[in-house]
Amino acid sequence: MTGANRIAGAGRLTPAKTARFSFDGRSYTALAGDTVASALLANGVHLMGRSFKYHRPRGVVSAGPEEPNALINVSRDTARSQPNVRATVQEVFDGMKVGSQNRYPSLSFDLGGVNDALSPFFAAGFYYKTFMWPKQAWASIYEPRIREAAGLGVSPTEEDPDHYACRYAHCDVLVIGGGAAGLAAARAAALSGASVILADEQPELGGALHFDTGAEIDGQNGYAWAQKTARELVGMENVTLLSRTTAFGYYAQNFVAMAERVTDHISRPEANAPRERLWQVRAKRVIIATGSIERHMVFADNDRPGILLASAARTYLNHFGVAVGRKVGVYTAHDSAYEAAFDLKRAGVSIVAIIDSRMRPGEGLLEQARSLGIEVFTDHAVIATSGRLRVASMTVVPNGGSAKRKFTIDALITSSGWTPSVHMFSQSRGKVAYDAATGRFLPGHYVQDCVSVGTCNGTDDLQAILEEATAAGVKMAAESGHDGAAAATPAGRNLFAWTGGMAGAAYGAGPDDSVKAFVDFQNDVCAKDIRLAVREGMHSIEHIKRFTTNGMATDQGKLSNLHGLAIAAEALGRGIPEVGLTTFRAPYTPVTFGTLIGHARGDIFDPTRKTPMHAVEEANGAAFEDVGQWKRAWYYPRAGEDMHAAVNRECRTVRTSAGYFNASTLGKIEVVGPDAAAFLNLIYTNSWDTLKPGRCRYGIMLREDGFVYDDGVVGRIAEDRFHVTTTTGGAPRVMHHMEDYLQTEFPHLDVWLTSTTEQWAVIAVQGPKAREIVAPLVEGVDLSNEAFPHMSVAEAKVCGVPARLFRVSFTGELGYEINVPADYGAAVWEAVAKAAEPFGACPYGTETMHVLRAEKGYIIVGQDTDGTLTPDDAGLAWAVGKKKPDFVGIRGLKRPDLIREGRKQLVGLLTKDPNIVLEEGAQIVADPNQPKPMTMLGHVTSAYWSENAGRSIALAVVAGGRAKLGQTLYVPMPDRTIAVEVSDMVFIDKEGGRIHG
Amino acid sequence: MRKYSVFAVAREAMRAHKGWEAQWTSPEPRSQYDVIIIGGGGHGLGAAYYLAKEHGITNVAVIEKGWLGGGNTGRNTTIIRSNYLYEESMDIYEHSLKLWEGLSQELNYNVMYSPRGVMMLSHNIHDSQVFKRHIHANRLYGIDNEWLTPEQAKDYCPPLDISASARYPINGAALQRRGGTARHDAVAWGYARAASDRGVHVIQNCEVKAIRRGPDGAVTGVETTKGFIGAKKIGVSASGHNSMVLAMADVRLPLQSNPLQALVSEPLKPIFPCVVMSNTVHAYISQSDKGELVIGAGTDQFNSYSQTGGLQIITHTLDAICELFPIFRRVKMMRQWGGITDNTPDRSPIQGVTPVPNLFVNCGWGTGGFKATPGSAHLFAHLIARGEPHRLAAGLTLDRFRTGRLIDEAAAAAVAH
Repeated sequence: MTGANRIAGAGRLTPAKTARFSFDGRSYTALAGDTVASALLANGVHLMGRSFKYHRPRGVVSAGPEEPNALINVSRDTARSQPNVRATVQEVFDGMKVGSQNRYPSLSFDLGGVNDALSPFFAAGFYYKTFMWPKQAWASIYEPRIREAAGLGVSPTEEDPDHYACRYAHCDVLVIGGGAAGLAAARAAALSGASVILADEQPELGGALHFDTGAEIDGQNGYAWAQKTARELVGMENVTLLSRTTAFGYYAQNFVAMAERVTDHISRPEANAPRERLWQVRAKRVIIATGSIERHMVFADNDRPGILLASAARTYLNHFGVAVGRKVGVYTAHDSAYEAAFDLKRAGVSIVAIIDSRMRPGEGLLEQARSLGIEVFTDHAVIATSGRLRVASMTVVPNGGSAKRKFTIDALITSSGWTPSVHMFSQSRGKVAYDAATGRFLPGHYVQDCVSVGTCNGTDDLQAILEEATAAGVKMAAESGHDGAAAATPAGRNLFAWTGGMAGAAYGAGPDDSVKAFVDFQNDVCAKDIRLAVREGMHSIEHIKRFTTNGMATDQGKLSNLHGLAIAAEALGRGIPEVGLTTFRAPYTPVTFGTLIGHARGDIFDPTRKTPMHAVEEANGAAFEDVGQWKRAWYYPRAGEDMHAAVNRECRTVRTSAGYFNASTLGKIEVVGPDAAAFLNLIYTNSWDTLKPGRCRYGIMLREDGFVYDDGVVGRIAEDRFHVTTTTGGAPRVMHHMEDYLQTEFPHLDVWLTSTTEQWAVIAVQGPKAREIVAPLVEGVDLSNEAFPHMSVAEAKVCGVPARLFRVSFTGELGYEINVPADYGAAVWEAVAKAAEPFGACPYGTETMHVLRAEKGYIIVGQDTDGTLTPDDAGLAWAVGKKKPDFVGIRGLKRPDLIREGRKQLVGLLTKDPNIVLEEGAQIVADPNQPKPMTMLGHVTSAYWSENAGRSIALAVVAGGRAKLGQTLYVPMPDRTIAVEVSDMVFIDKEGGRIHG
Repeated sequence: MRKYSVFAVAREAMRAHKGWEAQWTSPEPRSQYDVIIIGGGGHGLGAAYYLAKEHGITNVAVIEKGWLGGGNTGRNTTIIRSNYLYEESMDIYEHSLKLWEGLSQELNYNVMYSPRGVMMLSHNIHDSQVFKRHIHANRLYGIDNEWLTPEQAKDYCPPLDISASARYPINGAALQRRGGTARHDAVAWGYARAASDRGVHVIQNCEVKAIRRGPDGAVTGVETTKGFIGAKKIGVSASGHNSMVLAMADVRLPLQSNPLQALVSEPLKPIFPCVVMSNTVHAYISQSDKGELVIGAGTDQFNSYSQTGGLQIITHTLDAICELFPIFRRVKMMRQWGGITDNTPDRSPIQGVTPVPNLFVNCGWGTGGFKATPGSAHLFAHLIARGEPHRLAAGLTLDRFRTGRLIDEAAAAAVAH
């Protein structure tokens, strides 16, 4: 037996297939297909959780995703511990461990329950009015206590070992929801020839047909029709049917995001199967068939375990074969609860009484109740219940009266009517409209190419639903270009209408009553809290929501929003539509972070870019640093060397012999076309007309605001062809910057831009021996100073490989940069290494590159400049073409503040004590003894130990810096103040002779 | 105004809280005010409060198109800090932080300012250079901000993954201990209540349709959905819609409006003690008092006035969050939303006079407006009352885009927010 409350012969699960699971350490048996909720109910367990604020004992309320109470922790092992799982959705698998949440020490005895006793104090918004004294106590005492009491489940503490998948899909028609309407619509669209995706959140299709056993379609039971139709759809090539898949977000241009649960219901998933899969679907047309959600009755003490929705009781009975109690009371304002009572009664459950708040139930129901021997009290109300961990009685009075009758019960099912699920429609930015006749918000004005069908569209009768859905399927298929065979409309018949009912508080929880009549179960929001919010001046529904937290729990108000709105409207004396709904936001139900991430984790969180020489460098023991996405060789330590020693050696070697450097990450853009020079004239501050083919020039470019944006050497390969280099970090944005201007500002220019960053491997060979190292490898170029002077470029062969050879230097030494196609990079690198060996030359990394260029005062854009320096500030005024009529930034550069005296300028700094290396980012002042806030003159942008200069060196920006040469300034550090002298920016070879070899 | 206290709450608990009065009144507009503030967010309501309290100007109306605090005040991730780089920024954000520290008591409304520390992660040498530049500047300016080693960062925030195998390993962090969070709605409500108590009119559901000007060009009032309302002075503080409001007075602002998205997880028991931001991987995160992880995303690239954005922004943000905190991969997103930020070319705010006499503007707070709320409101009130900026806001002029005297935190720091 799988639980005392399993009814033999009832439900659709197979009694022979069982699974064992534990709940709070106790073992239970379930049937295959059970949810945790149905299995626990079968075993007589209603108590499944504690509420958020008052820690009240709570049982399951629903049988679906709207569940506010039965939130559990599910784990396979410690790393796979999943908090806040809805027991009504989670399917049982063999061996699963389930734990209750938000209670201490146990679910049945929770010390947090003291909050319930103190609840008169803890009214809505009480925390805004207190905890303010003494001032420091909020952060040190009150808030930590509040935080401990709040929260629901416990976060995992280990990295999630599961993986997640991601699919992108296009289709003609996406159908959201696989109940009667969704199935009929999908079938019609598919038969018309459209490609169809049908997504439904449940394991089996059918939606409300799961519980509504009175529904018939095409002469058979509705659920059986649903399964048959689903099988038919699965067999069609143009249909993708996704069960356990929740459409959770509706974005612009019919882009719908859906989460598919792949393995959470499987006892031992395949090792390579993803746990969940994110579907991102772009559909030409969307059909929304999301059905309706039943509302509870709002009355005093309506939250005891054992009090649940009528449709949930029907689902548990008709699908899972579980009776929610043996002596069941019914409290309703809607006909659908009668069907639940009748089903339970026929299954042998005692129906204690039906309490109907209405005067007149639907046609024939009273007669049917009588024939089944069920007592019905119309125009009555339940005004109290009893039972701590399970409902034990209900107290009933006539509406407006006081004659009490008490009934002993062990479950109470309620319904106040059905709320159409307009979530996806509303997320599509459609405007809902209030239908006064039926008291519902329904889809009104559509913004996207979608249509709603079925009960989410306010269509009540099953025949009408099937007609509407079939027509929508045909129409949406036609609109997406398919008008094949039209499907016949199925014939349907159902027993109750979805319309009617009530919203708001029932009698006994009315405006003058201060009972606990729960509107939002999880967040413990009662009708009186909403009225309190209104009294306190919260007149917008958004304020009421935020002040009371109504609808802000994990169910996002699926049960509570309409009730809250109705109570607020009554308190405000306004109509429901004037008060209005709060905004529906994604996701429809909570979505696992991992699902949204998919594969983007670890190494492929962000691509790692490696140069063609990476493996060789790695084999040579290089240490790497992250520069954007790139891994760059930082330094090449030899045995026994730390970074400092390695960098000092590399620096010395370059200036005494030579070094070679992997410069492949430099951005490269091929600028080609008859107007290439004219284009560069506009992009750069320099003039390019005078640059002859075979020559290079250092260029700087500005933003529109006149500040330095990027720099680099540009070589003119031919009249109409330039080889542009950028900083490593600037490569993509400079490309975009150029493309942007070319397309929007200078479209008249005949120029093409191609990013070639990854097509060229670049090896810089620098130092007095550079020519001797490079020359034997080069064919076709005379490397003499006369034939190939500084700032030359030539197309040549290096090591037999086609190359572009630059004579440039970022070290102040004689230097060459060899560009070869990336595939040859490693081989040429090794050839250079071999050629360098006899000279004692060595490879050097980015750190040495930084030191060497700083010794010469060469700036690094992004380090020594920061987007606030003009060319003149950076000492680069010579690179701005004075006679140029136009370039990007020319107007910005003329603004008064950019040409005023006293701007921050780049200068050199020499510490008075040559052994002190300044800290990059340290601030500079004139008077270190001034009080705070101090007046700061600038900051240190670069600072190194220079082995070649035998002292520390630094670059800095200093207000009016060039006028302060020779002056003493101060760098106040936390532990000392460092005196510095302002100097020029060149620390080695001030005459600049070495560059010419 | 009835004082809020634990005793008042206890007293009301005895009588079912029937005795609480409306936190602010909702009067019909007068025909004429000394000052109208357009925009009922924290900045606007706060400015009205300080006008009444510190400048004795009580004939003031705050006019709000929708509901109080329904713009960016109620949509942000509530991060508060003042460790900015430039003096203009330090001035205003530190002024604000100091006001945050006493705001609950000032307003007699618990805004839940929680100085639990804002930690900015450094992932590479460039980050550490930038952060140290901030730390040194802050120190010399008298603002707390300190450098942490990866181990110290992990001690401060245990869920942090500081392993070297991370895609972007952490090489340190900058921590401002006085930084933290506050309860955003409470800020709007607290200011509204305190302002209302001093006679300020708080008028909701009233959209400004036009700004009227007299023969001298100075403002005379506004046309609204509730009719014409006269005003001697008008202050505009309408976050994402400032450029549209100022266009009614033919003032063109250098602003772009973009969606900025955020999300929260389901509530969890305390797991995350502070605020963590990472510019390199583009993410920031904290945990609310309710237990939700509050996660901010980047700005959608397109201009829009729609308070939604694309899913790809959310997924990129979560990629980064879970890269920093792999334990959160099984946690679930409960709700996502968007707000509209107005961004200036230098990403610093504009608060100052406009070419139109007696029309003042407070805009361009971009992604950083919440933390500035009390300071901005306080200085905006000064500006409106005196007609010229307070010393601490003197650099935030609209004119700086003409002169080029920019305050480019983003360019200098490469740090958003």
